[in-house]
Amino acid sequence: MDVSQYLEIFLDETNEHLQSLNTQILNLEQNPEDSDTINEIFRAAHSLKGMAGTMGYKRMQNLTHDMENVFSEVRAGNIKVGPEMIDTLFQCLDALQEYTDNIKNSSDEGTNDNEPLIKLLNDYLNGKGAESAPAPAPAAAAEDAKASEAPAAASDVSEKWNQIKLDDSQVKVIGEAIKSGMKVYGLNISVKESCILKAARAFLVLKAIEEKGGEIIVSNPSSQDIEDEKFEFDFTLIVIAECGIDDLIKAASDVSEIDKVVGDKIDLDKIHFEDEESLQPEPATQPAHEVVPEAASPAASAPAASTQASAPAAAASKPADKKPGKPVVNRTIRVDIEKLDSLMNLVSELIIAKNSLVSASAESVGAGMNNDFNEKIEYLESVTTNLHESVMKVRMVPIENTVQKFPRMIRDLNKKLDKKMELYMTGEDTELDRTVVDEIGDPLMHLLRNSADHGIESAEIRAQRGKPEVGSIFLDAYQEGNNVIIEVRDDGNGIDVEAVKNKAIEKGVITAEQAAAMADKDAINLLFHPGFSTAKQITDVSGRGVGLDVVKSKIEALSGEVSVKSVLGEGSTWTIRLPLTLAIIQTLMVVVGGEKYAISLGSIETIETIPEKDIKFVENKEVINLRGQVLPLIRLNKIIDIESNSPEDGNLTVVIVKKGDKMAGIVVDELRGQQEIVIKSLGKYIKQVKFISGATILGDGEVALILDTNALL
Amino acid sequence: MELSNDLKNLPASGDETKIVRQIFQYIVIKLGDENFGIDINYIDNILRMQQITRVPKVPAYLKGVINLRGEVIPVMSLRLKMGLEEDVINRDTRIIILKIESEGSVGVLVDEVREVIKLYEDQIESTTGEGVSPESRRFVSAVGQNGSELISILDIAAINLDEN
Repeated sequence: MDVSQYLEIFLDETNEHLQSLNTQILNLEQNPEDSDTINEIFRAAHSLKGMAGTMGYKRMQNLTHDMENVFSEVRAGNIKVGPEMIDTLFQCLDALQEYTDNIKNSSDEGTNDNEPLIKLLNDYLNGKGAESAPAPAPAAAAEDAKASEAPAAASDVSEKWNQIKLDDSQVKVIGEAIKSGMKVYGLNISVKESCILKAARAFLVLKAIEEKGGEIIVSNPSSQDIEDEKFEFDFTLIVIAECGIDDLIKAASDVSEIDKVVGDKIDLDKIHFEDEESLQPEPATQPAHEVVPEAASPAASAPAASTQASAPAAAASKPADKKPGKPVVNRTIRVDIEKLDSLMNLVSELIIAKNSLVSASAESVGAGMNNDFNEKIEYLESVTTNLHESVMKVRMVPIENTVQKFPRMIRDLNKKLDKKMELYMTGEDTELDRTVVDEIGDPLMHLLRNSADHGIESAEIRAQRGKPEVGSIFLDAYQEGNNVIIEVRDDGNGIDVEAVKNKAIEKGVITAEQAAAMADKDAINLLFHPGFSTAKQITDVSGRGVGLDVVKSKIEALSGEVSVKSVLGEGSTWTIRLPLTLAIIQTLMVVVGGEKYAISLGSIETIETIPEKDIKFVENKEVINLRGQVLPLIRLNKIIDIESNSPEDGNLTVVIVKKGDKMAGIVVDELRGQQEIVIKSLGKYIKQVKFISGATILGDGEVALILDTNALL
Repeated sequence: MELSNDLKNLPASGDETKIVRQIFQYIVIKLGDENFGIDINYIDNILRMQQITRVPKVPAYLKGVINLRGEVIPVMSLRLKMGLEEDVINRDTRIIILKIESEGSVGVLVDEVREVIKLYEDQIESTTGEGVSPESRRFVSAVGQNGSELISILDIAAINLDEN
């Protein structure tokens, strides 16, 4: 079987399962007895095994198989989870990650058999004998039976549609159908265990049945659950059709990867009454049903059925309830990011086209165009703005996937650095553009490692300082206006300003005189200087001299900024501020010397008209006093080397911009109003001009440059 | 179009073992009094002069950026890059869009676009510089003999050599 087309799905899902395993095993370390967690781990390992097997990755399959076995025993209560076992499991995950990476790079899993790990796992399995009580053994056997799936349960399959409870309206529909000469069938469809896209196959089956003229009255699990892949390997239908049962069975069997289809005509009276009768004896005579959740659910809900009329609904929801801890699957599709990029580009083009219509209409207003036209333009504007927002939302993903790996990393650092610390995360559901989320992982990892390595003190020192022995690192993410803020905070040592200064002098970054005059805040910013590291010794955790400057440049490449606040002895807070969107922004268009420039609205505080006589000089630099605050004045025409042609009326048009808590006034000739623009790169050929962050195409086709006021401050 | 048909009529590689003289096509442009050839494979488009948006703080030969079908493309003056006098913009001035794998697209300002020529490989000689003005020598990779005329063939890599 050619599986290459599934490779991407396989990699995606494997990564998801590995991530889930990482999280769950961390969880297990805290709560070794938690059965939900153990079940979840077992399920993930089982899925991984199945997927690896289908794709023909034998080594990966072997390793997951043994992990699954261990968990099967843990689940049955035969093995207790201990710290060494957690370590082993993490090593297994690393090994699996290695396989996955190999597969990603070369579509081959590599040749590492990981025998020591497999041996360790088997030791746990064999060692269980000492602890195991004889009683749980049959249960374990039952679990194994489930793990190896359905052959044993297959004999029950033919019964399944008789176990579906029908409500009054369904009974009525079936009754009428029979009266009008239709036939009622029960069908049970089993999907091959190796099938990757179960929901898709099930959908095809449903479609095939409908094409044969069959009307599906009841399905178990519900059609919604089937669509969401919330079923193991089979599902049951009650169908009304004119054609013969063989036609339906054939139609369903023709769908690929369908293992088996069983069906028969059903007699309404029979199912209706048989159900009632079988309620009591069934659990007693067929305990084997417990093995398969689907089969078990009608039985389990049976007592409720006798007291409640609305039993079918309860029965339908039971399968979901029976799987504790299974995350609710959203109705989602996977889309290639490139497709989203091209969609985004089209939206950008549309906005440019809209802008050109707007500017054309503005010109024709003088020529007596009617209001109707303007209204339509305004409507178009609101539609394109909404379209843009929707597309942006589609591209937004929670940072969860990126930050999920951090608890594991901190746990490993605990052991490596021989410190005690705990990571607390909030706001994992904060959303950012997909491209930003992909890029933000490394900088965050650097900051966390930095906090763990340099921030948090050893347990003894912490005890001396009267702090709790276990250090805390916090990762908080939240949205603030058009920005997303991610904070990495620790309650460690804080930044020793003097040590930073000394190091900077030693490295020749600043002179001793500069250091003496330097404010603490500026000294702390020296940390972002390339090639700076205060670590007394180089560890493999951080302190290789590449780190904070890389963090800074990476964040800035994402149009964000990073800052740090610190109190010596109490801890540090690193703040990353990122824009929500990258491609399209609201700007103020300004004109200087006849050239148009766009300034992002996000960085504009206010716009002021300042009389020229109000300009004061501080250290030979122009400043203005704005409501008690002294702000430096930046003459934009001088920055961009052009003659200003502002009207000589003794007043200046000043755009007040801010960056963090810094502010400045930018003097321009003229304002041209607000405009939504699409950011385009200047291309590789023009080397980055520091204060130009890109270009945009205006409505009339002209190119305007985008001013990065952050670089001017 | 005519040109590409000519190309197709050339002996195909399947034809016996006839010795094929490799053929190259150049667009001949004028800078001052000199004629230069640009390999047609690099050329994406030839535009009439249009408004160029100046970019501050870049070397003088970078004239700015233009909008080419919704993309922002930098434009440079070949004259300034080659150390000649400043361009005089008139109705013959053209912007040639060059497409270079590693650098993306870049436009170059030229005085005039004259014609497209075909040269066989034996009509092209790599040059040490005679017949080429000293300023532009380092941008010329070869000289082609087009009838009685000498065409200096521009070295696209040298044009793009980033030295700011």
